[in-house]
Amino acid sequence: MQALNFLKPNRDNIKNYSIVGSALILISLIDVISNAFLKTNLTSFLPGSLTTLFPLILGLIGLNMMRIDYSGNKTLDLINKNINTNNFNALLTLLILFSIIKALPPSLSWMILDANISGDSKDACTGTGACWTYIKVWFRRFMYGMYPNEFHWRINTAFILVIALGFVGYFMKENLKKYLALYYVIIYPIIAYLVIYYLISGGSFGLQWVETGAWGGLSLTFIVSFFCLIFCFPLGMIFALGRRSNLPVIKYISICYIEFWRGVPLITVLFMSSVMFPMFLPEDFFMDKLVRVIIAITLFEAAYCAEVIRGGLQSLPRGQYDAAKSLGMGYWKMHIFVILPQALKLVIPGIANTFLALVKDTPLIFVVGLAELAGMLALAKTNPKWLGFAMEGYIFASIIFWIICYAMSKYSYNLEAKYKTER
Amino acid sequence: MSDPIIKIQNMNKWFGDFQVLKNINLEVEANKKIVVCGPSGSGKSTLIRCINRLEEHQEGDIIVDGNELSEKTKDIEKIRAEVGMVFQQFNLFPHLSILDNCTLAPIWVKKMPKKEAQELALDQLKKVQIDDQANKFPGQLSGGQQQRCAIARALCMQPKIMLFDEPTSALDPEMIKEVLDAMVSLAKGGMTMIVVTHEMGFAKEVADEVIFMDEGMIIEKADTKEFFANPKSDRTKLFLSQIL
Repeated sequence: MQALNFLKPNRDNIKNYSIVGSALILISLIDVISNAFLKTNLTSFLPGSLTTLFPLILGLIGLNMMRIDYSGNKTLDLINKNINTNNFNALLTLLILFSIIKALPPSLSWMILDANISGDSKDACTGTGACWTYIKVWFRRFMYGMYPNEFHWRINTAFILVIALGFVGYFMKENLKKYLALYYVIIYPIIAYLVIYYLISGGSFGLQWVETGAWGGLSLTFIVSFFCLIFCFPLGMIFALGRRSNLPVIKYISICYIEFWRGVPLITVLFMSSVMFPMFLPEDFFMDKLVRVIIAITLFEAAYCAEVIRGGLQSLPRGQYDAAKSLGMGYWKMHIFVILPQALKLVIPGIANTFLALVKDTPLIFVVGLAELAGMLALAKTNPKWLGFAMEGYIFASIIFWIICYAMSKYSYNLEAKYKTER
Repeated sequence: MSDPIIKIQNMNKWFGDFQVLKNINLEVEANKKIVVCGPSGSGKSTLIRCINRLEEHQEGDIIVDGNELSEKTKDIEKIRAEVGMVFQQFNLFPHLSILDNCTLAPIWVKKMPKKEAQELALDQLKKVQIDDQANKFPGQLSGGQQQRCAIARALCMQPKIMLFDEPTSALDPEMIKEVLDAMVSLAKGGMTMIVVTHEMGFAKEVADEVIFMDEGMIIEKADTKEFFANPKSDRTKLFLSQIL
């Protein structure tokens, strides 16, 4: 190792060393890229396994020549601090980099270059790559389930209306702002329910009745997630407060509730709601399966929300409670104006976590026969005309779910930034 | 002699097995200023926290402005609204601006119109000389400014009694003076005050009576001059010799 000391830079020669080092890394990258994309081996003149290891060795020497405690150059320091702290880290960095480059051409050619999207039957898929024709043909099913094609505008209109109503809060007049919570917790869900009931279910105003069994695809994902999200949050808040209550009855009811729902798997809850629950109902009482499922998921997720919110309540210093009490505020005033605004701000990341999990749990409703996006995929892949395209379907679904969840997490970051005040 | 506004009789309090307050008897007349001192852990803070029932006592009576405090007390909020409190750690609401900190309780507890509450708040903030900071958030203010805001916030409820729980203990020496100045001018205005503090200079300047507590008991209670000139008990003498 002593002999290699001349490869170590010092503050005087770091400039030259880093140039040489980057050149070496560049050569190793060119070698790997040409190998992956052009299938040519630039180092074929080297014997045996050395040709495979060549870029790795070259890159390691390059990174070694750039490694210095502090150079004053921002980029160089950033690299050294994060991906080049020692030889082992440098090795990992290079391996990851090379693996990505190696994996790129095959996945690109599968997804784009050799893929098919034209035509409208399985026969159109002649290439070796993905068959996006499948997604194209089934697109409406994936979005709307078995909902009759000619009525898809009803779902679209309903969603646009619900989203528009959601923005009402932003445009409320200043003197109405204090009713904002009331609007979002009570009025908005009711209006949204009515919109969805009359537009998507139909049955009146000359709209044909469509059973919830026919609903499906991404629109069902949205409907289930939407109602579960807006109901589970206030419910969770109530149980979080309940668990911290001084009144034993309320406290133990809350504890039982939370521990019960956290202890059972969601899939059994869904089974119960669709199979067992109707048995306990009077015969002439009818509750739609979708409604039962939404209630089940809401109750389930509320328990998780409750614990997340309780974490926020507990992290507030006791002085805040003291101060609010000493000003003569009662329980509700204290919580509404002092405790909850601070606690909820603290639990935004946790709540976002729970909500994301909820959205990704919705595919489970397939077990009771409701086919949202992932459920429709499971149905479509067993269609005899379209066997063998599960991969394309699941990649498609993953991308859709990822976009939804990423948007939600971005939004939660925005909220965090918006409500950040110095403590 | 007028009726005392605070009357504590044979009060005992336990935290679990540990008795924090032992047989407390105390009467405070309106407009009097009482300073409570003593070593840490002697129960001073607990005592004044009992006066607005942030802590519950187990035995004895506490009567504040004619209302007895017990489990049966309804509308404890109404009594608390009459008793302002200032804490060691300020306890401002960090999510509200200074002005909103001061107007929150008057608007929602006393049902004061918003405009009136804001005028009152600005008036009180002016008295403690931070009216120019009204739109900032607590986190942007220095400790001394925060504590003065806390005093203004308590005063916005127009209380009859003010309790101070070591209001200067968490402050830099430089900031202690500005807070004490605010308290002195409040005292000169005739407020009934009970102050737990180690600031003996303040005690000498404004207090009518000084109470010395140790191990949960009131060891000595005397007029301020008397207390400092010739303390009776040995424990008090020891304490004073160490603190002065």
